Amino acid sequence: MKVNRDQVVAMIEEMAAAMAQNKEYLTELDSAIGDADHGINMDRGFRKVLEKLPPVADKDIGTIFKNVAMSLISAVGGAAGPLYGTFFMQFGKIAAGKEELTASDIGAMLAAGLEGIKQRGKAVVGEKTMVDALEPAVEAYSAAADAGKDLVECLRAAVAAAEDGKKATIPLVAKKGRAHYLGERSVGHQDPGATSAELLLRAMLKVLES
Amino acid sequence: MVGIVIISHSLKAAEGIKEIAQQMGREVPIVAVGGTEDGDLGTDPLAIKEAIESIGETDGVLLLVDLGSAVMNTQLAIDMLQDELQKRVVLCNAPILEGAVVAAVEAAMGHTLAQVKRAAEEAGQMEKLL
Repeated sequence: MKVNRDQVVAMIEEMAAAMAQNKEYLTELDSAIGDADHGINMDRGFRKVLEKLPPVADKDIGTIFKNVAMSLISAVGGAAGPLYGTFFMQFGKIAAGKEELTASDIGAMLAAGLEGIKQRGKAVVGEKTMVDALEPAVEAYSAAADAGKDLVECLRAAVAAAEDGKKATIPLVAKKGRAHYLGERSVGHQDPGATSAELLLRAMLKVLES
Repeated sequence: MVGIVIISHSLKAAEGIKEIAQQMGREVPIVAVGGTEDGDLGTDPLAIKEAIESIGETDGVLLLVDLGSAVMNTQLAIDMLQDELQKRVVLCNAPILEGAVVAAVEAAMGHTLAQVKRAAEEAGQMEKLL
């Protein structure tokens, strides 16, 4: 199974829809431990993504993802902008010149995207950030791929791992971002960045399952 | 002369800090940048990049930031600059207001980028309640 350009465009639209639907939820999570803008920022970023999508929707998949990255970088406003911007820029590099993606392409994109986020944000697992959802997701995808699973099964494993990773941020003390000013008071709250990361991966899966 | 870019989540805050710093060095190139594209609180790497480029002809550009994502968005802006300019730009770990005031004084005296940066960073240790 391969993912074609139309499915990639559908994935991006699905991500934008997920951010719009969860705008209040993400902002509520962020109001507990941050500056109460994550949902607003992600929704604003993805509205810009949708606005800039049509002119590149018939280009190679790399160009489409690089365009997503630039829209997020310019419109998000908070730390999620450079982080998800870097994530999708890495997607764009792996997908450069491609008209369709294999399971191994998507595995490489996720791994490169995670690496980009870790370098940009200097975060590691356990610091109550989006890395807590993304790193287990990348590992689960890679393990499923090594076990010979198909693309949908690999992505399903990644989403399940991201969900576990997201929930595992609840007892953690934040070490990065605005939440780290709160120290111990950040315990007991789910990280908004880990939550949006899981939602974005789930949006990709939804398109392949439909 | 070294130039200064003041980067805040709020354009108003950046402009106010610029105004205060400019008083200490009227001829120093200082640019204020802040807020998102549509005027909310936040920082925009592309706007920061343009602000740096607007005073790129100086003897170096010192960048002062406020909080959190301002740091990351500024680092991203630096990564997007042309190599030649990138070498003459430095982000400093200084309190944004005190750092800008000290940097304006140092820049007006014709000091190098490294000297201006060091002085701005030392402003964090200044005793306010003498």
